[in-house]
Amino acid sequence: MKKRKIGMALSLVLAAGTLLGACGKSDDTSKEESKGGEKEKAFSVAMVTDVGGVDDKSFNQSAWEGLKKFGADNGLKKGKDGFDYVQSKSDADYSTNLNTLARQDFDLVFGIGFLMQGAVDEIAKQQKDHQFAIVDSEVDQPNVASILFKEQEASFLAGVAAAMTTKSNKIGFIGGVEGAVIERFEAGFVAGVKAAKPDAVVDIQYAGAFDKAELGQSISSKMYASGADVVFHAAGGTGVGLFKEANDLKKKDPSREIWAIGVDSDQANMGPDVVLTSALKRVDNAVIDISKKAKDGNFPGGEVALYGLAEDGVGLAPINDKVSNKADIDTAVNEWIEKIKSGAVKVPGTRDELKTFSAK
Amino acid sequence: MSKRFKSLLTPIIAVLLGIIVGTIIMVVSGYNPVTAFTALWNGSFGDIYYIGEVVRQFTPYILAGLAVAFAFRVGLFNIGVEGQFLVGWLAAVWVGVAFDLPRIIHLPLAVLAAMVAGALWAFIPGLLKARFRVHEVIVTIMMNYVALHVSNYIIKNIITDNKDKTDLVKESATLRSDWLQSITDYSRLHWGIVIAIIGCFVMWFLLERTTRGFELRSVGFNQHAAHYAGMNVNKNIILSMVIAGGFAGLAGAMEGLGTFGYATVKGGFTGVGFDGIAVALLGGNTSLGVFFSAILFGALKVGALNMPLEAGVPNELVDIIIALIVFFVASSYIIRVFLDRISKKEVK
Repeated sequence: MKKRKIGMALSLVLAAGTLLGACGKSDDTSKEESKGGEKEKAFSVAMVTDVGGVDDKSFNQSAWEGLKKFGADNGLKKGKDGFDYVQSKSDADYSTNLNTLARQDFDLVFGIGFLMQGAVDEIAKQQKDHQFAIVDSEVDQPNVASILFKEQEASFLAGVAAAMTTKSNKIGFIGGVEGAVIERFEAGFVAGVKAAKPDAVVDIQYAGAFDKAELGQSISSKMYASGADVVFHAAGGTGVGLFKEANDLKKKDPSREIWAIGVDSDQANMGPDVVLTSALKRVDNAVIDISKKAKDGNFPGGEVALYGLAEDGVGLAPINDKVSNKADIDTAVNEWIEKIKSGAVKVPGTRDELKTFSAK
Repeated sequence: MSKRFKSLLTPIIAVLLGIIVGTIIMVVSGYNPVTAFTALWNGSFGDIYYIGEVVRQFTPYILAGLAVAFAFRVGLFNIGVEGQFLVGWLAAVWVGVAFDLPRIIHLPLAVLAAMVAGALWAFIPGLLKARFRVHEVIVTIMMNYVALHVSNYIIKNIITDNKDKTDLVKESATLRSDWLQSITDYSRLHWGIVIAIIGCFVMWFLLERTTRGFELRSVGFNQHAAHYAGMNVNKNIILSMVIAGGFAGLAGAMEGLGTFGYATVKGGFTGVGFDGIAVALLGGNTSLGVFFSAILFGALKVGALNMPLEAGVPNELVDIIIALIVFFVASSYIIRVFLDRISKKEVK
């Protein structure tokens, strides 16, 4: 009985193997043919997303838009010889995906997100003749470019806008998960508020997650109830709850002046009546920049590429037209932009730096 | 048709049905199913690297599958594999980074720690079930969340100083091997596969060849009959959960000491524990069945990553096809009824 079972299983595995193996072979020949057709290989670039995928309305999406733009500008096609992406379904997939892309001979492979730090580090050591880049983290390998952003500069401007909009002098900040990146957002935002209106108070709260909209909603509900009239979120999907709460409150009482500030990309479409502005993190610009450099042979391997206001790596989205003192805010924001760009003001990136920060 | 033949045929038909419906969907939505499945094959067995990755992927699946199957054979539905897996992962890494010991002690100690952690985590629902008849499904689901957040807290505040990731486990505790990596062209294949195969053997031996195993199975068939036969039902319930949890903890050690070599703060579940349920169901809750279905799941998971790139099939469609295969596996009852009908007709 037992023997028959094992024999059955074996023969089935074998049968499946030969069947599928046959498919594999037929494909191999066709691949070789197509390879023979075009000899000169164009520059190709690809990226690995984390589990969010390219429609996460956050940095994966932004990075992919950057790649698409780079592809369009350079006449590349989506696919193996141009630009492409692979989505990870779990943390275990980062390594496989990065390796697959390197094996497919992409000239440059992006790992999007600090979660991929370990995987990029390891594979860069193994695939020494391939170029990698990682967003939001540092990997110290000669063939890896590390892309970091000065998030504090964008959130500083958001803080200025918030301080100039608030009437109650109470402002809220919702963070996702505590970490270096979100701390930069927090420190910059508080510094911006203090710079524009020293007596305004910022209520700082962390949701502990980037994907819990209902948590974001309950935190912002408490903030608005306690008198805050502007709330900024650096919390990814959790921040969706902030916009929902603000929209709900506005619907109930249209005369009430409450605002929400978005993050990463321009989130104005989340609520035309309540979104004041957004602190932009231009992952797309950074991806385009690094791709261009790699294409021209100036790949910044082993270096940290820091993107701030001056490099067009961060910025502030247009202020909502419905704000009464929009013109004043615009002038103030532009003044600060000049000061930061010229180096006259250094925006704090940690809570410690914030303690010693003075804008004057 | 013999019963054994039928139980072998059911999962195979399920997989074939999944592939057929997947093919239909691809044809309807304008993708070439031949290139898609070729890409799936190439991405799982097309290169020695991918073979290594498939083995790496199905190693924890085997153990997670055993964890579900073992409890199932005793009539318990262990949904808590994910949580037991996470505490196992944490315990293995903790021992791996905290001590400096010779390899011969360190590695077994780390593996053992994972096993004990998983077993303890499963002991709680086992005890609650045995003493107070609290349903194990509810307790284990909730314990998953406790495991997730407690292990995040420990990684962040106790093992590291407010970091998202622990250090790599010491050389003396790692399951990784340069030799295995070199023969598979830098895949993350590690020695854990040996542990997984031993696990399969242990489960088979324990259930089929020992008195204790007979008792466990009796409780699974009929608790009351087992009780009247003089068996201690409560003790067997707790024991089965503890052993199942031990398997799940070992699965965590595979990730902690093998695949990753560290533990990270996680925003959500890894899914290995839940895939384990599907693996066990497809494998008919036998150790040999779990072994083969884990291979299938591992190959599907790794191979699917290649489908968007090589065949241009969108990720969503890949997910649907994989889900369909799992769907037909889970609904194998329908297939079984169908097979019964056929065999009855034959008898007539």
